[in-house]
Amino acid sequence: MIPYYLCFILFLVGLYGVITRRNLVKIAISLSIMEFSVFLILALIGFREGGVAPIVDPSDPVKIYVDPLPQAMVLTAIVIGLATTAMLMAVIIRIYRKYGTFDIREIKNLRG
Amino acid sequence: MNPLIPLFVAIPLAGAFLIMILGRFIRNLNKYLASLILLFLVVVSFWSLFTTGNSVSVYKVGGWEAVNSVPIGIYMVLDGFTAIILCIINLIGFLSVIYSISYIARYTSENYFYSLFCLMMAGMNGVVLSGDIFNIFVFLEISAISSYALVAFGVEKNELEATFKYQVLGGIATFLILMGIALIYWETKTLNIADIRNVFSTGYDRKYYLLVQILLLSGFGLKAAIIPFHAWLPDAHSSAPSPISAMLSGVLIKAVGIYVIIRLFFNMFAISEGMAILITSLGSLSMVIGVFLAVSQWDIKRLLAYHSISQMGYVILSVGIGMILISRGIRTEIAALAIAGGIFHLINHAAFKGLLFLNAGAIEYSIGTRNLQEMGGLSKTMPATSATSLVASLSISGIPPFNGFFSKLIIIVAAILAKFYFLALLAVIVSIITLASFMKFQRYAFFNKADDDNSRTIKEVPFPMLFSMIVLGIICLLLSILVFPGIREIILTPATDILMDPSKYASQITGI
Repeated sequence: MIPYYLCFILFLVGLYGVITRRNLVKIAISLSIMEFSVFLILALIGFREGGVAPIVDPSDPVKIYVDPLPQAMVLTAIVIGLATTAMLMAVIIRIYRKYGTFDIREIKNLRG
Repeated sequence: MNPLIPLFVAIPLAGAFLIMILGRFIRNLNKYLASLILLFLVVVSFWSLFTTGNSVSVYKVGGWEAVNSVPIGIYMVLDGFTAIILCIINLIGFLSVIYSISYIARYTSENYFYSLFCLMMAGMNGVVLSGDIFNIFVFLEISAISSYALVAFGVEKNELEATFKYQVLGGIATFLILMGIALIYWETKTLNIADIRNVFSTGYDRKYYLLVQILLLSGFGLKAAIIPFHAWLPDAHSSAPSPISAMLSGVLIKAVGIYVIIRLFFNMFAISEGMAILITSLGSLSMVIGVFLAVSQWDIKRLLAYHSISQMGYVILSVGIGMILISRGIRTEIAALAIAGGIFHLINHAAFKGLLFLNAGAIEYSIGTRNLQEMGGLSKTMPATSATSLVASLSISGIPPFNGFFSKLIIIVAAILAKFYFLALLAVIVSIITLASFMKFQRYAFFNKADDDNSRTIKEVPFPMLFSMIVLGIICLLLSILVFPGIREIILTPATDILMDPSKYASQITGI
């Protein structure tokens, strides 16, 4: 069970970063940490002790295969995560051009 | 069996790419192609609404048939509830595109706008149609990424700040949802909603089940902006261009938030009383706090955005009352009434909130400000905008004969019949405060005395914008007829039935 708990702690580390960091880029990095902790959990769910890649070999029926579906899900989620991260970085660069700062305390046009 | 199901996703997706590629070479292609696509989807979705009835049709992506009645492919499911939400999405989308023809002309790079708009439509239709939780996640992200970009479309200070907030909170919501999906897959080894229900019905670990439910409720609650998760909504919805605000507030929070919550908690999880009470209290909290936050706003679009939170509270409240009654196993006819009221209010809210945001956009288009204190006397210079916004204001505050009255009446009657007198009282009070808040909007924007030198230059908005607003105004009136017997049985009852009898949903899908 230890790897699962470590993943969850990684998730909380990312959440802590999102809440406490004041630099926009660091917030984006913290979000990525959260994202990859969830991916790790997904990959771990498909893991089998002593399993091999799921290419079925009829000559050896006792082989244990890892579950391929979570791997496919992780790949899909990584592609989506890439798009959101790229979008977020583009917005951060635009914010820097408009406000001249990465500090979230000085970006407060909208209130309430 | 409905052969047109995949078109709801494929056509707008193809349209998004075509607009980007061909739009560079052919002038004005973007707006006509986008309007045509949306018009086609409106026709198909209404055709589906009237032909679906009580049946459930399933499209298996790639033709992967079930093995030993265990679904292995990706399923797209069209039932009564889905058909209603599809109609709302595509109708509001179509009218917003027509409205954008004039409104977006003053921005640059229109191609990107229409392309992202089609992408957002594909994402929302996909979320609603998907019968598979991982695909719900994928389509949710498609619609979310395009809506992040559309909120920032003006690329000024406010827009960028709003979209940053929206993206960070939306990102956290995404990870919570993905974690919930991973945990469900771990326990059940399947992703199909109907199959998950079948596996869970053979027994589960209660604490694990609760953890998954809380993860998914907070993830989709963030997307739906229920009150403890609402911080991004007023900023994002008020900073976006007005047709996009109408889409976000009128459709997106319903399709990717409320719809998924209702679908998962009725058709995937077994309804437990504790979860039902939690959902009901979140709904009543949103209803009350949302309206109090709205009263003090002077920015029109911010005021409307806070009212969205409050009106979504009504929907969640009444659906929650239905859940409580079902979990206790008593008086299921009242539960059906409460759920029908919630779905009816969902439809109505799409119509009048979409209209109100389009009105706000028209005002901003003509006089260049969103601050209520700087307006006045617009009822003379902009008669059509004034009339349609009066219709929408009266229907959101629940004045007969407009649609909002009937749905609020059903919700309040259901709450009284279910003996939740306090919640019924709260709903009435919130409705009165909503009326007060919209009287303020009407008085300051349209009926106050205007500055004389200013009012001569103000003109009514161009025809495409007027067309969308007037059509939505008529829809606000027409939707009242959904409450009458005869029409209610065709449209609202199938949607309620599929939610009331979750084992039927599961058996119908796995049986096909």
